[in-house]
Amino acid sequence: MNLIVCIKQVPDPLYFDRITLDPVTKLVKREGVPLIMNPNDLNAVETALQIKDTYGGKITVLTMGPPQSMEVLEEALALGADEAILLSDRAFAGADAVATSYTLASAIKKFCEFDLILCGYETVDSGTRQVGPQLAEYLDIPHVTGVRSFKIENPEYLIAERRLENGYMKIEVTLPALIAVYNEANDPRIPTVSGIMNMASKSLKTYGLNEVGLISADVGLAGSPTQMAEMSEFKQNRRHEVFQGIPEEIVKQAIARLKELQAI
Amino acid sequence: MSYSREIWVYCEVRNGKITKGGMELLGKSVVLGSGIGAKVAAVLVGDEISALAPEAAAYGAEKVYAVEDPKLHCYQSEAYASIIADLIKENKPSIFLFSSTDIGDDLAPRVAAKAGTGLTAHCIELRIEDRDGKPLLHQTVPGWGGSKRIDIICPEKRPQMATVKPGLFDCPVPVYGRPFELLKTKVELSNKLFRAKTIEVHEAPSCELPLEGADIVIAAGWGVCSAGEIDRVRELADVICGALGATRPVTDKGFVPVDRMIGQSGKVVSPKLFISLGASGAMHYTTGFEKAKYVLALDQNPHAAIFGMADVGIVGDIKKTLPLLINELKEMRN
Repeated sequence: MNLIVCIKQVPDPLYFDRITLDPVTKLVKREGVPLIMNPNDLNAVETALQIKDTYGGKITVLTMGPPQSMEVLEEALALGADEAILLSDRAFAGADAVATSYTLASAIKKFCEFDLILCGYETVDSGTRQVGPQLAEYLDIPHVTGVRSFKIENPEYLIAERRLENGYMKIEVTLPALIAVYNEANDPRIPTVSGIMNMASKSLKTYGLNEVGLISADVGLAGSPTQMAEMSEFKQNRRHEVFQGIPEEIVKQAIARLKELQAI
Repeated sequence: MSYSREIWVYCEVRNGKITKGGMELLGKSVVLGSGIGAKVAAVLVGDEISALAPEAAAYGAEKVYAVEDPKLHCYQSEAYASIIADLIKENKPSIFLFSSTDIGDDLAPRVAAKAGTGLTAHCIELRIEDRDGKPLLHQTVPGWGGSKRIDIICPEKRPQMATVKPGLFDCPVPVYGRPFELLKTKVELSNKLFRAKTIEVHEAPSCELPLEGADIVIAAGWGVCSAGEIDRVRELADVICGALGATRPVTDKGFVPVDRMIGQSGKVVSPKLFISLGASGAMHYTTGFEKAKYVLALDQNPHAAIFGMADVGIVGDIKKTLPLLINELKEMRN
């Protein structure tokens, strides 16, 4: 099976509080915030590796981002993916979900053959859950999101189980298709030493706007229907009345305060 | 392209009923629409779904677009997206809102891509600005785990599409018997629309108090992540008739069902009182209760970020403070 896994490099959510806004320029400052592979994307990579272990095939990992995003592709190669593609161009910057999906779809059409595309269900940075379904739309293939398990019945179709708030749905899917994997699907493996050693010999290609055959009006900020109008720091407007001391006393004090506020 | 001034709400149906999120969006749309003279329309897709049109009208829809077919009994991603995109092309709404649920998040992006427009996900506030006589929807989303507020617009393409987490807007009081216009559409459903075909739906009716609309919500964090401690938390919930939620580590451990996770990738709640127990205050969690009127936090670490999000805080070992809290509240209720 030919598998494509779409992944994204994101700021580590443990350090989100270090992301600040420059009060004058209104630009986002994120110096010193470590970047990681989006956690849910590790589940997508793991899913691809398990499929390859069982049925054989080739795994291509794909991302769009600045040159530094290569790090997450290298991580996926070390985990066992076979080849990697980085889409990187200044023209791709500022893309919303539509422009991102369109760019990924164009690159896949141009460079890849596939039976199944895998994505993470959601990212920790913007968490829109949009790119999976939109990528499927631009490639004219079916999609299933929130997948927590599935079974490949034969090379033509699989049966997926997707999560719901209070249950699940079973879905028959004809291949080629796209599935967005939820974090319940598996426990991602960690790279082995030999995986890391093998990484250097694997193909990692970078393509820009021209190589993908796109025009700048259709990608990045220019190709994005949505735009940011404004961004601000969020300030909590709370009282911060914190009681410390002898448990019996502070619990009483806290409850008295809540009563005064008519919160209870 | 000229477009109508209509505001559309996709009314998701689960277990044969319009979801609360859909009702909340109808209510919000009435408020948004009254400022600009826009009509509010509900979109219903399913089998014999027009039976729910009076319900949608009771919550504020003046128009109901209903597409029904036995093949649409269950949610079918491609068929639903295609039907809704066709409705958009035919009727050109200005604004289109979806609930951000597992289904809404699956459907809305594909509809947006088909309609050639943008979609803003998981909005926490919506307002309309009159720009040159045209309604421009400002869609506010939390950024980077809730530390930022980002205002998104879709200046050129229509409809302006957004998803909103259920529980954020007030649910209107239904007024039954309101007049409404019902527009039923017949559709041809080709086999291609069922390349991904839903064959089974399993939904458990939740027996515990729902988080949405609860006056008091209690969230269990890592500090109470053991069977014994969770029993205590449930006792507290019983005593004050609160709905029980949890942070991700607690749902991951299986102590509380995952559909009760509070935060960015779970539920957003807006109770009168939110009680956070043993959670340090990571932003992807705290973003789930920003709209609570009051917040009470218990944690052993006096420097925990959670106290910065709280109105009232109790520092101390939860094993001691929680039983005391339960006793005090029991006495108060008696």
